[in-house]
Amino acid sequence: MEMPQPNPDVISRKSGVIARLQQVLPVGAVIHDEAETRAYECDALTAYKCAPMIAVLPSTTQEVSDVLRICHEEGVPVVPRGAGTSLAGGALPTADCVILGVARMNDVLEVDYDNRFIRVQTGRTNLSVTGAVEEEDFFYAPDPSSQLACAIAGNIAMNSGGAHCLKYGVTTNNLMGVTMVMMDGSVVEIGGAHLEAGGLDLLGVICGSEGQLGVVTEATLRILRKPEGARPVLMGFDDNEVAGQCVSDIIKSGILPVAIEFMDRLCIQSCENFAHAGYPDCEALLIVEVEGSEAEIDSQLAKIVEIARRHNPVELRESQSAEESARIWLGRKSAFGAMGQINDYMCLDGTIPVSSLPAVLRRIGELSKEYGLAVGNVFHAGDGNMHPLILFDANKPGDLEKCEAFGAEILKLCVDEGGCLTGEHGVGIEKRDLMSHQYTQQDLEAQMAVKDVFDPKWLLNPAKVFPLDASETRRVTRIAAE
Amino acid sequence: MRPDTEAELAELVAGQNEPVRIVGGGTRGIGGPETAINTTGLSGITLYEPGALTLVAKAGTPVVEIEGALAAEGQQLAFEPMDHRGLLGVTGEPTIGGVVAANISGPRRIQAGACRDFLLGVRYVDGTGQVIKNGGRVMKNVTGYDLVKLMAGSWGTLGVLSEVSLKVLPKPEAMATIAIRVTDAMTAVRALSTALKSPYEVNGAVYDPKAGFAYLRAEGFSDSVAYRVGQLQAELSDVGEVAPVDASDDLWRAFRNVESFQGADGDVWRISVKPGDAPEIAARIEAEKTLFDWGGGLIWVLVPKGTDLRSRLGAFDGHATIVRADDETIERLGRFQPETAGVAALSKGLRQRFDPRGLFNPGLMG
Repeated sequence: MEMPQPNPDVISRKSGVIARLQQVLPVGAVIHDEAETRAYECDALTAYKCAPMIAVLPSTTQEVSDVLRICHEEGVPVVPRGAGTSLAGGALPTADCVILGVARMNDVLEVDYDNRFIRVQTGRTNLSVTGAVEEEDFFYAPDPSSQLACAIAGNIAMNSGGAHCLKYGVTTNNLMGVTMVMMDGSVVEIGGAHLEAGGLDLLGVICGSEGQLGVVTEATLRILRKPEGARPVLMGFDDNEVAGQCVSDIIKSGILPVAIEFMDRLCIQSCENFAHAGYPDCEALLIVEVEGSEAEIDSQLAKIVEIARRHNPVELRESQSAEESARIWLGRKSAFGAMGQINDYMCLDGTIPVSSLPAVLRRIGELSKEYGLAVGNVFHAGDGNMHPLILFDANKPGDLEKCEAFGAEILKLCVDEGGCLTGEHGVGIEKRDLMSHQYTQQDLEAQMAVKDVFDPKWLLNPAKVFPLDASETRRVTRIAAE
Repeated sequence: MRPDTEAELAELVAGQNEPVRIVGGGTRGIGGPETAINTTGLSGITLYEPGALTLVAKAGTPVVEIEGALAAEGQQLAFEPMDHRGLLGVTGEPTIGGVVAANISGPRRIQAGACRDFLLGVRYVDGTGQVIKNGGRVMKNVTGYDLVKLMAGSWGTLGVLSEVSLKVLPKPEAMATIAIRVTDAMTAVRALSTALKSPYEVNGAVYDPKAGFAYLRAEGFSDSVAYRVGQLQAELSDVGEVAPVDASDDLWRAFRNVESFQGADGDVWRISVKPGDAPEIAARIEAEKTLFDWGGGLIWVLVPKGTDLRSRLGAFDGHATIVRADDETIERLGRFQPETAGVAALSKGLRQRFDPRGLFNPGLMG
């Protein structure tokens, strides 16, 4: 993975930059010792590492503003970082950058049940947002698998999804307002507790901009009342394509389950070994969850089971208890970790039209044989968001490169089928160079024009999202201007 | 000017030197320059996959055509777009491009989401005549910046939409409405809030002060709707008399299209606020008529012609938009709420980049 050369001029001014940052931040919030900056050398895409020049851990919007103003004046690139759980290298540093970590900003600022929102500092973890409103039986809906660790800041940057977004939508559908610090240190408020921001939908373009437009320090999030109950049903099939057809039939029937998750044999086995969820031994497993009162759940599941029976399932089992449901979901949400226990893997995130599921699964199987690398499939089937996990051996020379080439072919296949490169993980550095497969240079220009407006010097989160050659003129102009 | 293809549209924009008005069915009453680019030549559903809940249509496709195609498969546009014709006293055939450009959503927005939440992809022609695509036709897509949301509600000021791709949903099997008798806005909004805070998936929450009722709607499978409406009736019985209402389809269409304001003289505004603030905000403005939708989060207001509603409102969290007024009033007050300096600079910067020659609906959004 190519990264731009660090700017020697910036690195030569390191001690001056440190001194200025120390003036505006408390003791201990500026990290510059090489042994300590290494803690920030990568995110969850661990194949790529680069220690930053400096890392800072501000505690307030004012401190973030001071840091950005100084970096703007000094021409220092800034890489914002939530909890560092990005699977796409969205928080990968450059050697000349300041990592701006929001981990210390985790306060709840306001909870308003009557108006159904919560306002938090964005370093707060996804799950602890729900934790803050659980006593009143409310929750925050987007639920990425990393929700125990991942920060709201990163969720907003990547527009994160989760298993339950078939019903509740992704981050952008649940984000009502932000306080955002611009690269020059100015602070803007967009949206809030009212339902719609006036004017252009800036909130919509900020969400998912991968930390390249500004640093969001506070967020107003929609909270929802928990349903009375929820229950999953497990369906096993002896064929992937039949499972895919069953998903399509459920959706067409008018029932909208809260989640429809798919796992293939390899994932079923490793998740079962990990979580002991009682998954059946079969080729394809669906977890379909519905919500409501007991009677509503019974009636929806009856309809779903009737549809499933038409596809000759080898197993059809409703969860019998809250404990069993929790195990079923633990298995699914641990899929990445469970696979990681048996092998090194690369996790993909392409989305395809649901109707293309059988064809794409078949092609992935063929490619797996061609490349000689095994693939496990686990994904959000209801919305076509796939997570093929390609297994490889990081210690075997050439295996990573082979795996990346294989991954790129799968993602191109997703695009060619009418889908996209990434459904919820973001582009980061990982899919940066594939962007030109999905978008023309003009399409990319239109997106980069947005960055030109928000961050004219192109200092925020450099070398992510856009192919390096597409963004080169802008980055080079920036450096030349200093 | 009425191009028949996207390529023609692009060519036309590239060669255009004077500001233009972007028009679909011309039913949203936005006014603007004499010269217009009319998108109704770009018409037709290009892809509809009921099993994938997605529909792609050219921007000039009549909404009625899309609703018809969806109804045939038992599906619908869940964001329930409003029809402005009655309120504005205009004729014409609303287009899907117009719905998207104005981000038009109805009562169900409170639970299902707004038009922008159902918009999966766009194709548009920018101010230099380039065809740009963003998003696609799949439900989860974080590939690059989300210009899809930016185009929704940009009122044609950033580009001329040529094609939109939408998520659609099954039409619910059943619907039921209950009415709660209330005497004041405070009690009404509290009752709506109680219902919206419940787990019973209320997807319509309106207060009509003239009628003296707050209305709640539930949709879904019939046994489930009956159960949820029953629970709501029980929970709200101490607020006031609660009873089921018949003919709910007509009732919600009337709320969606603000039919109670139709034919009445005066200017129409919509105010977006924190729902709990609505009673106090509404009291400030001494309106001739009001209608509260979205649990109080959207206040429709009828005031005498030329009223400077924003000065009556003073400072508040939210925004007020003119929906119907004469040109002089719109010119004087501005259709949209003025933005703070920082936000205004960003909006202006985006308009300059997307439409560098200032061709599209100039001045409409600032």
